[in-house]
Amino acid sequence: MSELPAPQEETLEGSGKSQTPGQLAWGQLRRNRVAMAAGIVVCLLYLMAIFGEFISPYPVADIRPALYHHPPTPIVWHDAAGHFSLQPYALGMKKDAKDEYVPDPTVRAPIRLFNTGFAYKLLWIVPLRIHLFGTSGDFPFFPLGTDHLGRDVFSRLVVGSQVSLSIGLVAIAITFSIGLLVGGAAGFYGGRVDNVLMRLCEVLQSIPSFYLLIALAGILPTKIPPAVTFLMIIGILSFVGWAGLARVIRGITLSVREREYVEAARALGVSDFKIIVRHLLPSTFTIAIVNATLAIPGFILAEAGLSFLGLGIRDPVPSWGNMLNEARDLEVLTRATWILAPGFLIFITVIAFNTLGDGLRDALDPKLRR
Amino acid sequence: MIRFLLKRLLNMLPLVIGISFISFAILRLAPGDFVTTLSQDPNLSKEAVAQMRAEYGLDKPWLVQYFLWLFNALRLNFGYSLAYHIPVVTLMMQRLGNTLLLSICALAFSWGVAIPLGVCAAVRRNTWIDRFVSLFAFAGISTPGFFLALLLLLFAQKTGWFPIGGMHSSDADLMSPSERLWDVARHLMLPTLVLGIGGCAGIMRQMRGSLLDTLRENYITASRARGLSERVVIWKHGFRNAINPLITIFGFSLAGLLSGAALVENVMSWPGLGRLILEAVQSGDQYVVMGSFVMSATLLLLGNLFSDVLLAVTDPRIKLGRG
Repeated sequence: MSELPAPQEETLEGSGKSQTPGQLAWGQLRRNRVAMAAGIVVCLLYLMAIFGEFISPYPVADIRPALYHHPPTPIVWHDAAGHFSLQPYALGMKKDAKDEYVPDPTVRAPIRLFNTGFAYKLLWIVPLRIHLFGTSGDFPFFPLGTDHLGRDVFSRLVVGSQVSLSIGLVAIAITFSIGLLVGGAAGFYGGRVDNVLMRLCEVLQSIPSFYLLIALAGILPTKIPPAVTFLMIIGILSFVGWAGLARVIRGITLSVREREYVEAARALGVSDFKIIVRHLLPSTFTIAIVNATLAIPGFILAEAGLSFLGLGIRDPVPSWGNMLNEARDLEVLTRATWILAPGFLIFITVIAFNTLGDGLRDALDPKLRR
Repeated sequence: MIRFLLKRLLNMLPLVIGISFISFAILRLAPGDFVTTLSQDPNLSKEAVAQMRAEYGLDKPWLVQYFLWLFNALRLNFGYSLAYHIPVVTLMMQRLGNTLLLSICALAFSWGVAIPLGVCAAVRRNTWIDRFVSLFAFAGISTPGFFLALLLLLFAQKTGWFPIGGMHSSDADLMSPSERLWDVARHLMLPTLVLGIGGCAGIMRQMRGSLLDTLRENYITASRARGLSERVVIWKHGFRNAINPLITIFGFSLAGLLSGAALVENVMSWPGLGRLILEAVQSGDQYVVMGSFVMSATLLLLGNLFSDVLLAVTDPRIKLGRG
C-alpha cells in the first residue's frame, strides 16, 4: 500500500546495512497498516482458540432444557439502587405473559473477572478452575444467548473456534506438502511425469469442489469418534484442495528450471533431489506462501459449509458451521437471531486472512504490486 | 471452428474417464452396495433385487463392475433412485434445469453489476468510489454464501417482500402462465442475489486491475492525444482490450458458481442438483449421488469449453485449432 519504491533484493555491497529478503518483506508488511491489523486479528482469533476453555464461562456440552433459546443476558453498569458502578451486573430474565423473555431488573449478579467455574485443563495440561469472567453460583449469564438445548452460545463459539481454525491450518499444511511435491516433480521432470500429474490435477479441478466434498463426506460412517471425524474431514478437504496449489508450483518450477544456477548445479553433478529441494522449492516459496494464506479461508469456509449441512463435524462437538445448522429452521432463526453469531465470526476470520494474504503478496513480491 | 471443438471434446475424454473413476471409487467406498438398502424394501420381490444385482454386475469383480457402470452411464443409464423410485436420469434432468436457471441468472447479475463497477473504480482510481468498490469486493469475497443466504431469509421473513425459499408458491398450480413466471422470478431473486454477490467481487477486482493495466498502454495515450472523447477512449479502446482476461476467469468462476449454488440451494430450498445430491447423500441414494456428481462435472467442462469459444470470438488474435 505504501507509495515508497520497492527495495531491491540486492543491496549494494559495502553499504554496511544489508538486509535479508525476509527482513525486507517484514519491513514492507509493517508499513501496510491494514494488513498488520488483519494479522493482529488472526493472532487474536488463534489466542481465543488456544485459551478456549479459559475464556468460556460454561462447558460446551452443558444442557439446560428449561433455558432453551434464552436471549443474550443484558449487562448493566449500575447497582440495584440505580447508582453507576464500575462493577458490571448481569440482569436476570423472566418470561412474560406471551412466553417471551424480558429483563428482570430485580434479579442481578455481579460479573467477576477471573471467576471460579468448571474444571478444565489450560493448554490441555494445567488443571484449573479459573475463568476469564463469569457470575457466581448458578446465576445464568449467557453473553450471546443459548441454543435449542440451552447450551451457552458464547462458550460454544469460543471452543468451536478450535475446530474451525485448526482445520484450515492443518489442511493447508497437508495440501502445501502435496502441492510442493507434485508440482515440483511435474515441473522439474516435465514430459510424461508432468503430463500424468497435470491430467490428475485437471480431473480433480473439473469437479465442482463442493459436490465432491458432499459425496466424500457422505460416505463417512456416522458412528465414529469426533477426533476421527475431524481427521477424516481434514483428509477430504486436502484431497479436494491440493490440485490448484500443485499447478501454481509447477508453473514456477518450469520457469526456474531453465535458469543458469540450476544448469550450473546440474553440471556440477548435484542429485535431482537436492536440486529440487535446494534450488527449485525455495524460489517457489514466496508465491506458495501467499497462495497458502489465501487458501486457508477456503478451507475454513468449506468446513463450515459441510458442518452446516450436517456432514462435517457433528454435534455435540461445536464448530462454527454446525452451530449455524440450527438456523436452517427459519422459525427458530426469527425467534433466536443470536444463533447467527458464528457466521459473523467466520466472516471476520475470512476477511482477516484475505487481507493478510493480500498484504503478504504485496510485501513478498513487489513485482505483483498494483 | 468445428475442428477446434472436436479437438477440445477429444481432450475432455480422459478427464471424463478420470471423473467417472473417482465417482465409481466413491461408490465402492460407501458402506454396502446400493442393492443392500433396496433389498430391505418390502415392495420389491427377491427376484427383482437379484435381477438388479445382475444388471449392475454387483456380484462381479470391481473392474468389471466399473466398466459395466461406465457402459451404462455412457448410455445415460445412471441407475435407479431409491428414494424417488424413478430412473436417476429423469430425476437429474428435472433438477439440472433449475440449477442452470439459477446459475445463469446469478452469472448475469454478477457480470452486470461487477463490470460497470470495476470500470468505474479503475477510471476514478483512488477516489472514494474506488475505495468503496474495493471494500465491497472484499466483503463479498469474505462472506460465506450460506450465511448471507440465512441473513436474506431472515430479511425476507421480517419484511415479507420476498417468498421464503422454494421455487413455487403453494398455489402455483392455480396460476395463469404469466403469473407462474412472475412467481418463479420472485422466488429466484434472493438465491440469485446471494450467488451473484459471491461472484461479483472477483470479477470486479479483475476488471479494475485489467483496465488499469490497459489504460497505461501507449495506444491509449495516443487516442487521447488524437482528441478522442474520454468515453470513446475508455469504452472502445480500453474496455475492449481489458475484457479478455475476464473471459478466461469466466471459465474458472463456473466451478465456484456450481459449488456455491450447491450450498445456496440447500439453504433456500431451491430444487436443484446441489439439493438433490445432499438429499441423496443423507438417504444413502448412491446412484443419485454419482449421477449428480458426474453431471455437475460435465456441466463445468462444457462451461470451460464455452468460455474458450467465447474468448476466441471476442479476441480475433486468438486462432482456434492452432493451440
